Amino acid sequence: MDWGYIFAVMVTSAFGLQAIVFGLAAIGINVQFGYTGLLNFGQAAFMAVGGYAVAVTVVELGLSFWWGVLFGLIGAVLLALLLGVPTLRLRADYLAIVTIAAAEIIRLILRSVAFKEIFGGSDGKQAFADGFFELSFLSADADLRIGPAVVNDRQLFTYIVGWSLVALACLVVWLLVRSPWGRVVKGIREDEDAVRSLGKNVFVYKMQALVLGGIFGALAGFVTAVGAQNVNPDSFKTDATFFAYAILILGGAARVFGPVLGTVIFWALFQGTDVFLREGIDAGLPIISLMDGTQAAVLRVMLVGLGLMLLMIYRPQGILGDRRELALDAR
Amino acid sequence: MPDSASTSAMPKHEEAVRFLADVPREPGVPKPDPILVADGVHRNFGGLTAVDVKHVEIQRGSITALVGPNGAGKTTFFNLLTGFDTPDSGSWLFNGKDIAGVPSYRVARMGMVRTFQLTKALSKMTVIDNMRLGGTNQVGERMLQAILGLWRGQEKTITAKADELLSRFKLFEKREDFAGSLSGGQRKLLEMARALMTDPTMVMLDEPMAGVNPALTQSLLEHIKGLREDGMTVLFVEHDMDVVRDISDWVIVMAQGQVIAEGPPDEVMRNEAVISAYLGGHHDKALTDTGVSFTQESSDS
Amino acid sequence: MLRRILAALGTVIIAFLALSFLASPASADGQAIGGKLENRVDGTKVPVAGVEITVVGGGFEGSATSDAVGVWRVELPDLGTYDVTINVETLPEGVGLTEADKVTIEQVPVKPPLFGGLKTVTFPLGVSTAVTTSLWEQAAQLTVSGLEFGLLIALGALGLSIIYGTTGLVNFAHGELISFGALATWVLNAGLGLNFFIAAIGGLLLSAAFGWLNNAALWRPLRKRGTGLIAMMIVSIGLALFLRNFYQFFIGADKKSYSEYAGMAGIAFGPVSLTPTDLAIFVVAIVALAATVLVLAKTRLGKATRAVSDNPSLAAGAGINVERVITFVWIIGGALAGLGGMLLGFTQQVSFQMGFQILLLVFAAVTLGGLGTIAGAIFGSIIVGLFIQLTTLIIPTELKNVGALLVLIIILLVRPYGLLGRRERIG
Repeated sequence: MDWGYIFAVMVTSAFGLQAIVFGLAAIGINVQFGYTGLLNFGQAAFMAVGGYAVAVTVVELGLSFWWGVLFGLIGAVLLALLLGVPTLRLRADYLAIVTIAAAEIIRLILRSVAFKEIFGGSDGKQAFADGFFELSFLSADADLRIGPAVVNDRQLFTYIVGWSLVALACLVVWLLVRSPWGRVVKGIREDEDAVRSLGKNVFVYKMQALVLGGIFGALAGFVTAVGAQNVNPDSFKTDATFFAYAILILGGAARVFGPVLGTVIFWALFQGTDVFLREGIDAGLPIISLMDGTQAAVLRVMLVGLGLMLLMIYRPQGILGDRRELALDAR
Repeated sequence: MPDSASTSAMPKHEEAVRFLADVPREPGVPKPDPILVADGVHRNFGGLTAVDVKHVEIQRGSITALVGPNGAGKTTFFNLLTGFDTPDSGSWLFNGKDIAGVPSYRVARMGMVRTFQLTKALSKMTVIDNMRLGGTNQVGERMLQAILGLWRGQEKTITAKADELLSRFKLFEKREDFAGSLSGGQRKLLEMARALMTDPTMVMLDEPMAGVNPALTQSLLEHIKGLREDGMTVLFVEHDMDVVRDISDWVIVMAQGQVIAEGPPDEVMRNEAVISAYLGGHHDKALTDTGVSFTQESSDS
Repeated sequence: MLRRILAALGTVIIAFLALSFLASPASADGQAIGGKLENRVDGTKVPVAGVEITVVGGGFEGSATSDAVGVWRVELPDLGTYDVTINVETLPEGVGLTEADKVTIEQVPVKPPLFGGLKTVTFPLGVSTAVTTSLWEQAAQLTVSGLEFGLLIALGALGLSIIYGTTGLVNFAHGELISFGALATWVLNAGLGLNFFIAAIGGLLLSAAFGWLNNAALWRPLRKRGTGLIAMMIVSIGLALFLRNFYQFFIGADKKSYSEYAGMAGIAFGPVSLTPTDLAIFVVAIVALAATVLVLAKTRLGKATRAVSDNPSLAAGAGINVERVITFVWIIGGALAGLGGMLLGFTQQVSFQMGFQILLLVFAAVTLGGLGTIAGAIFGSIIVGLFIQLTTLIIPTELKNVGALLVLIIILLVRPYGLLGRRERIG
């Protein structure tokens, strides 16, 4: 049992690629669900739109990376409009069902043989990130060592850009939620008829929240695409959305830094559990060594599910949240 | 503004009474200066007629009460007029403009603002934020301006206005409290004050007295009368006949979705059709000697 | 309440552990995908030789041809998930897949020993139906299989819908109730070696009990605490994640078949070919749905259920024991979903995520028919089933669910309260 290694994995995971990606996705959900009360269960679709926009633009259209970013942002806005128009006038559970269905539609199309020429089928797409790394100001030997773990220069650059995006997203959310705009969406979260009766166009605010949250989702898609230098339809399953929800609720919904704290703790624990179990299996620890590696991986997700349930039941406000402010007792 | 007709120094109350004095006491009667005129408003719920109002007018600058037994369709009619529900047919003019089918938020922006039977004070917000939410044309409610912080100046003006209203409604001490911590009556007051933040010309109050502590009743009544003195038109749904008699200039009685009687409060309460509608409805309290004391339970459709 | 949840979970976990150890297969060496191609003719198995099979995944692509005894094997460079495709053109004349959409078996997981070494993949072969059919005959076959699939969806949808109707809960863990029925039956049948019919009855009873347990251990305490519906919806997502991975933990990720009645030969009815299990599915599903509808329409408890659906507080005021009705609804919902999963085990094989994969279609069916309505759930399911199968005439099979989910979104645009729902149910 190499505790130093486990600790190093926890630290690198807490601030690594997944933490950034899911932090951004959770910030988006925070705008939609945390502040406005919209149940977007299709955040994975917005991530996929961002990631694939970059990949397809670079690989298939031969344009630069930045065109991909632009198309990804436009795509996320269009997707939000498409989902919002039929559902935002309906009750909350309809938005949940439609967004989860849309995410699945997009994933099935991305992984289909029929569109393999464009999206690469179940293998996804690779080799599109060079335009991004050309911007790197780090020299090729700028490796970061954290105990036994090594972060190479490309990873380090991705992390710097990624955490800057997280900081920027937090700043935007912070500016918004303390403004009159934030007051309106929080009003909508609690009782949209009350807000309507004061002459506010509730539909427009909900749509703005859906679009903004979707844009943060697309940013998450960009980061995962360049960080992994690969997009794959199966990284955008519904479970990705639910992980982001677990992260948001762990950190605290309707708090600017809730998603950030949530993602750091979540990924440290999630990957820490993984290496702990694998080390335990190798070391032949009792009980743990009855499992194999796959079971260890499955056990982690099981624990995420259990954790989400227990959090929601016993501490719905998460670590940073204020229970008085939550909109979870809504219809 | 409604007070264009009132150059005299006469209090608004007497003025309204004088205007309505010669109006015949019959359902659907025309008024001298109506602010709201509704025609053929019909709403079905699963085959049951909830509202079937042939014609009704509301006098500008008056306090009009809308009464009737439970299930008479008062709240549904309110919802229809304010755009919170869609009628099967019907049209209505507000200040001469056809607003049938206009979404509720635009109705509010046109100056017809409402409150709710179950108070919709936003309990997870502070009292002052509830008030600020009522402010109109806020630049900070637009996304880009909100991010750029171009709203601070206007916020000061809005806050000053909100504080003034809060003092008037005796809620200033509760300014920083969550609205959820207020009593039922204080929430009603807050909801009314918040509605006033939109500078309405017509205020629609759905059971403003329901669940209000008797100690607060009198001050609420004074506030409603105050709205009329400030030139607003008030239409309110109420069960308590003492309240109706105390503050209203005119009463419209609904039963089974229709307007069955109109007139000044004292006359309406002696109307045979009205008494039999109440007795025929699901009612457990008898009429008292002073006229009627109707139940305070309230569950309109 | 935590103690009760843990106690309930603990019981289930121990039971599963015991069963899964009894059921775990022997390990083998090497990493490979392989299988044996056999054509079933009148109940006897005939090996099929010279058929090409391709394995793709993780940047690897390999293929093999079945030998004289029908055996094929592709060695793999790595663990991971692979898509396995049979080259239909290399099948001998008159032999075809009994399920035309099983040309590619997607995402076959290959894991380290203990669970397996050689990963077995079975292509159900039989007398070919796809070779000589006209468009009309294909449409006929697809209509029948669409009806069959629709009935299976309906078994899930009816339970979801009455649970929603009485409690307001949109249960994202309903798919796991569906999987449970199939897995419980499979464990009893293939694991403990019970006769299929006994296993099926056991599976059905366990499913009903599992429905009851869901309510008694989790949802009833949450209702008592006054937990909001949106919070409950998120709890159901946590439960779904937990259960799905719980199943995979003990049962593994590969697809399984019951030890009897799997891969039977079709019987021709005019242009349509049906296996005896297909016929049994039709009969069992229709009987179960009809029985449920009758119970809801005629019995006191059924009438009480509809009263609670219409207006819980009014029903409570009228002296109906709402909690008793909800318990009943969860038992019925669990049993129906479990039955649906059990039958789905024949048409799609048994796996830990079979219910999750069908869940969105169940949602689509329920939304299409109108959330909370009984007739709507069944009607919507049949439409979804037919739509999914018939659209394969035009669009690739792999995209058939896309069509159904798109229709869901379009229907919501036009008739948000569903085809049979009432307008008043919306907000």
